[in-house]
Amino acid sequence: MYEKRLDGRDFDEVRKMEAKVGVIKRADGSAYFKFGNTWAYAAVYGPRNLYPKFLQDPSRGILRCNYNMMPFSSSGERVRPGGSRRSKEISLVTTNALLPVLDLDEFPNSVVDVFIELPQTEAGSRCAGINAAAMALADAGLAMKDLVSAVSVGRVGDKLLVDLDYSEEAYEEGPVADIPIAIMPSSGKITLLQMDGLLPKEDLKTLIGMARKACRRIYNLQKTALKEKYKSGE
Amino acid sequence: MDNLKEHVVTLLKLNKRLDGRKLLEYRKPIKIERGFTKTAEGSAWVRIGETEVMVGVKMDVGEPYPDKPDEGTIIVGAELLPLSNPNFEAGPPGIQAIELARVVDRGIRESKCIDFKKLCIKKGEKVWLIMLDVITLNDAGNLFDAAALGAVAALQDTVFPKYEGDKIDYKTKTNKKLELNDSPVSVTVCKIGDSFIVDPTIEEEKVLDTRLTVATKSDGTLCALQKGGSSAVTEEDIMKMIDIALEKGKELRGVLNG
Repeated sequence: MYEKRLDGRDFDEVRKMEAKVGVIKRADGSAYFKFGNTWAYAAVYGPRNLYPKFLQDPSRGILRCNYNMMPFSSSGERVRPGGSRRSKEISLVTTNALLPVLDLDEFPNSVVDVFIELPQTEAGSRCAGINAAAMALADAGLAMKDLVSAVSVGRVGDKLLVDLDYSEEAYEEGPVADIPIAIMPSSGKITLLQMDGLLPKEDLKTLIGMARKACRRIYNLQKTALKEKYKSGE
Repeated sequence: MDNLKEHVVTLLKLNKRLDGRKLLEYRKPIKIERGFTKTAEGSAWVRIGETEVMVGVKMDVGEPYPDKPDEGTIIVGAELLPLSNPNFEAGPPGIQAIELARVVDRGIRESKCIDFKKLCIKKGEKVWLIMLDVITLNDAGNLFDAAALGAVAALQDTVFPKYEGDKIDYKTKTNKKLELNDSPVSVTVCKIGDSFIVDPTIEEEKVLDTRLTVATKSDGTLCALQKGGSSAVTEEDIMKMIDIALEKGKELRGVLNG
């Protein structure tokens, strides 16, 4: 039985979050987002020319996200540079999570590159990456319908909870389900949904509700961070 | 491009630089933040002006080289992240990244600041491997000096993880530190036209004729050199660049050990 969370959080409580915009000076837009010891940096370059040419779309610009763990960012062995099947899949679902809020029709044959880099991770890294990327896209001045906020929810033993940490993902004494979700805060629509683990259908509904509540807080933090940059007149 | 070069050279003749610095002046502040990432066994985040480089060390255990059965080793990697510069591309390390990693590697290895024999666990079978990675976060010029500084700072910060029954327990860090018996630093001196500068910006890097990266030990002994840029230089110039590097090296070493 998972009665109490190891780090003392309430079941619907997110780890300590931190967000900042404009953290990489050379980029067109940038931000970091942190869930506890999971840090994601995102930088946006573009819209810019896309090469090789066969990748170009003459009807609209394309979004290209790249999720990458730094070699020293895992609590286990060194992560080999160059990307894995896992990082490629996360890059894909991240692109899909962000695309619905963008309008790239104005930029035929161009690309918007989003680079997500993780200096340290302890679960929840794809959600942190999406949160940082959404802020960086806004910082880059791209037209957006909405922001995107993401969090993972899940089931550990018989408890439903928000923002699983590493020990909870690895809980061995009962079933675990891990569900990263990204939401467009204004419309409420869902742009990322993945799950691994076992979960009764009724619980999914409850968990999406919990994710919505957590994403509301994340959204507020993202907005505050964006306003902060322009308040300080940079 | 030619205009930029002309402009830079003209300014340098008047002892001026685009950003208002003196010719032999580093950008400020130079900051080193050790232990910024908890997942690494040692780390350092270096800022020289707007240039930011992260360096992390992961310790691993592996087989020694057959010709050095009782010595561990260090393996240095460098990644020029496309996040840090619009001209860097994703993919396997290009020649720029390889040169950076190798120059950082030599600065450390040749200074003999690490006693590789102390990294031996069982002769001929198991030794510690120091996996050091340099990651660029924002490239505003002079990655060489920032990377070398970060590498030594990260090594100074490194502790061994617990090793028991042929397995590393990364979750448990011991209080055994990696011993370093010197603090080598690297200074890159650039020649543009007839002038010498240190700590080049991106614009200055674009127009430089020659650069010389000089790694020195605390006692002033040279431990690694790397000439870059496609122009030829005189012996006199080389000696002058080394003198500059020795002088500025003291300043960097002060930041490193201060």
